Amino acid sequence: MNADIRVNGQPEPLSAATVAELLRSRGVTAPKGVAVAVNGEVVPSSRWEEHRLGAGDEIEIVRPFQGG
Amino acid sequence: MADEFTLAGQALGSRLLIGTSGYPNRKVMLDAISASGAEVVTVSIRRISLESYAESMVDLLGGRWRLLPNTAGCATARDAVLTAKLAREALGTDWIKVEVIGDRETLHPDVEQLLRATEELVADGFTVLPYCNDDPVTCRKLADAGAAAVMPLGAPIGSGLGICNPRAIEHICARSSVPVILDAGIGTASDAALAMELGCSAVLLNTAVARAGDPVAMAAAMRAAVDGGRLARLAGRIPRVTHAEPSSPQLGLIGT
Repeated sequence: MNADIRVNGQPEPLSAATVAELLRSRGVTAPKGVAVAVNGEVVPSSRWEEHRLGAGDEIEIVRPFQGG
Repeated sequence: MADEFTLAGQALGSRLLIGTSGYPNRKVMLDAISASGAEVVTVSIRRISLESYAESMVDLLGGRWRLLPNTAGCATARDAVLTAKLAREALGTDWIKVEVIGDRETLHPDVEQLLRATEELVADGFTVLPYCNDDPVTCRKLADAGAAAVMPLGAPIGSGLGICNPRAIEHICARSSVPVILDAGIGTASDAALAMELGCSAVLLNTAVARAGDPVAMAAAMRAAVDGGRLARLAGRIPRVTHAEPSSPQLGLIGT
């Protein structure tokens, strides 16, 4: 399979089954301050474990940063 | 407190809102925010990167100040709406400073997209604080669309030019049905005082403090300026006249 997803704009192979798995692979385990959207829809942290990823998914993982 | 500032039903003890960007270091940022007396501090929402993940703005600021996320950098209503929803999820607040930029060089708002984003976010239950042009018509449309306040610019973001069109800001304040927060362009304390004298309910600034020679001292200056400007506004300034009006009595002069 050569299925790709995009994570924060960067293409990568689809290797994580769920949002939670993807986050863990990036060292993001505490949901505090982190938010995720898949294909333009926010996935609340309560649904990270169950939300399955599929080929072509566009994932945004964000957090608060300095700003004015 | 006699002169309380209420924003979206929330009583705030300070009429100064401050940003968290561009300070020399974290300690200076925290000390400056403290010195400003602000209760609301702005943050942006950005993609995570592994290097910077450890330093969480929530851990750093969340306990002491009300975090106001922004949609800075967004160029479309669509991106601003999604950023607002991500911010709500990340921070647990439905307050959002909506910024939709229409020009990369001047960072002027795109009014059409801003209005659209405001309407969508209000419908979704957000408390919308739109960063907008210093245009009374735009401000009225945003208020009509349900914005909790309007935040016209004094000058381009980060320019430090002060309030380029004070008459426009005065008009906006005189007519607005919602609080007016002067956002962007402040360069020094007198600019913040002028905003308040013109009738603004509050001032939002960042660069003027963060990049000042001594950010902590400038934060204290801004705090005093906002207080002073507000007091002057409430006191009522004298009318401007084009001739002199002697302040000493004209009777009982010697030699008459």
